[in-house]
Amino acid sequence: MLPYIGRRLLATIPVMAVVAVVVFMLLRLTTGDPAAIIAGDNATSQDVAAIRTKLGLDRPIAQQFVIWIGNVLRGDLGESFFFKKQVSQLIVERMEPTLALATCTLLLAVAMAVPLGVLAAWRRGTWIDRAVMGLSVLGFSVPVFVIGYLLIYLVAIQLGWLPVQGYQRLAEGFGGFIERLILPSITLAIIYVALIARITRASVLEVLNADHVRTARAKGLGDASVLLRHVLRNAAVPIVTVIGLGVALLIGGVVVTESVYAIPGLGRLTVDAVLARDYPTVQAVILLFSVAYVLINLLVDLSYTLLDPRIRY
Amino acid sequence: MKAVTAEPVAALALEPVAERAGVTRLMTRNRSVLFGGTILALVVLVAILAPVLGTSDPARVEPVLRNKRPGAVASTRNADGSQTARTHWMGTDSLGRDVYSRVIYGARVSMMVGASVALISTVVGLVIGVLAGYLRWLDGIVMRIMDGLMSIPAILLAIGLVSLSRAGLRTVILAIVIPEVPRVVRLVRSVVLSIREEPYVEAAVALGARTPMLLVRHVLPNTLAPIIVQATFICASAILVEAILSFLGVGIPPETPTWGNIMAEGRALFRIFPHNILFPGLFLALTVLAVNILGDGLRDSLDPRLRSRL
Repeated sequence: MLPYIGRRLLATIPVMAVVAVVVFMLLRLTTGDPAAIIAGDNATSQDVAAIRTKLGLDRPIAQQFVIWIGNVLRGDLGESFFFKKQVSQLIVERMEPTLALATCTLLLAVAMAVPLGVLAAWRRGTWIDRAVMGLSVLGFSVPVFVIGYLLIYLVAIQLGWLPVQGYQRLAEGFGGFIERLILPSITLAIIYVALIARITRASVLEVLNADHVRTARAKGLGDASVLLRHVLRNAAVPIVTVIGLGVALLIGGVVVTESVYAIPGLGRLTVDAVLARDYPTVQAVILLFSVAYVLINLLVDLSYTLLDPRIRY
Repeated sequence: MKAVTAEPVAALALEPVAERAGVTRLMTRNRSVLFGGTILALVVLVAILAPVLGTSDPARVEPVLRNKRPGAVASTRNADGSQTARTHWMGTDSLGRDVYSRVIYGARVSMMVGASVALISTVVGLVIGVLAGYLRWLDGIVMRIMDGLMSIPAILLAIGLVSLSRAGLRTVILAIVIPEVPRVVRLVRSVVLSIREEPYVEAAVALGARTPMLLVRHVLPNTLAPIIVQATFICASAILVEAILSFLGVGIPPETPTWGNIMAEGRALFRIFPHNILFPGLFLALTVLAVNILGDGLRDSLDPRLRSRL
């Protein structure tokens, strides 16, 4: 197991390297002089020259990359042009809402999708199956922000059950915190539910036909027991894999959902930074999200041995 | 990330290409293909016929007619003093532009983006994928780059790319194409790898077929079916991503009527005038749904073995 973890960690290095190069190139590919864009319209040529020196833009590109990656590895993500503070500090401040939203969404999505998928597979070909699959295609197709505004309109404005927008820190009371997270989490969970339910159905269907399931039935086990102990456990690997891969959708969705619900998290920060052409912040957030995505999928890979003892490395 | 995208459609490659007539019949008999295809065709038709569908200039600002609710009848005075009454079926936005006209014209941008992204990313992905699958020395490097690109969530990469230069239609298309290419490359490569081992390819090699000939005659036709399915899904996702970029305000310039832009415009007054978001949202959802259903149907009819599984 340990050598496998080592090899797996080594394998993420080239991936991370490509991510780092792409994120670095984002600024360097700009049409025009990044220093001039950063300086703004009213800058003098001295200002532009000063910024160019400060950012090291007058050096060869390879050298720039080495300096930048060195700084990033030491936790120095540079200074935000727009917010006028260290990007790392900015990220720490915006972390809580995004983590809260992502965790809530993940829990909600898994709690909804897995039972739905199992149900659809178990009642294959019936109206239940068709309804679940139909809803799943629908979930893929309705954009996050349309779902968000529909929910705000119906639940918050028409019915007045929940607050419309905003975020409250956990430290300021759990009630207000969770109250403001319900709608955004449902919004964000829908596409995720669609994805997980589909894969759950497919992988449960495959296991349902296996010999050991027939044996379990033959020895008189009830449906619940067969489904939970014999089917779901064996169907777990693809489901967990797709949960990991779906994190990419989740991250994309966070950016949109935070904008719809006015949540001051990392997603909102990304959009604000892009609109303000605040490149260090854009780079840092994209890098952070990508690293998180790669690490989550690394954990998913490592979890296979726990889920399925037959998998040995 | 291994086992990351075992694209289900890749299994198609093992099947010999069915006769054309059979495929066409299967496709038209499939209800999903018919349903999705019909709606998509309608949207394309609407996009093409936008000027004759009772629309007015989608960019015309009329301060007097700001924020009319759907169905409102408004009369405007013409230059010669006569009055013309106009019904705003979908209301007007906060600049007095007719939402119906904007939604109808918005279909053009969505269709354009969907079609071009699907086409460009498939062609680019096809070329890179075939080369990576066939030339072993290229494979390692190309696939590491693709893995890296795929580790950046698509919407973030697109947002990062549009932040580079002033966004316009071309930048947006490019920004959506780049994150999609690796997915096509992986698919094509996996198909090519499995075909290389087929006896008939070995036979062709033994008969002295040259590599380019081999690729065109034997490899390309086999990638066609999974690629068509993949392109449909790319089209759906491209339409969505374009709308998201516009909605966030980082996409196509706000004066251009796109579904995302109309919704972005309606955000401020959403609580009082929800129609600015609901109508374009409905069109967007319906279109993406149609394309996704079409994709599902194509996958089913091009590879019947997968029907029961996904």
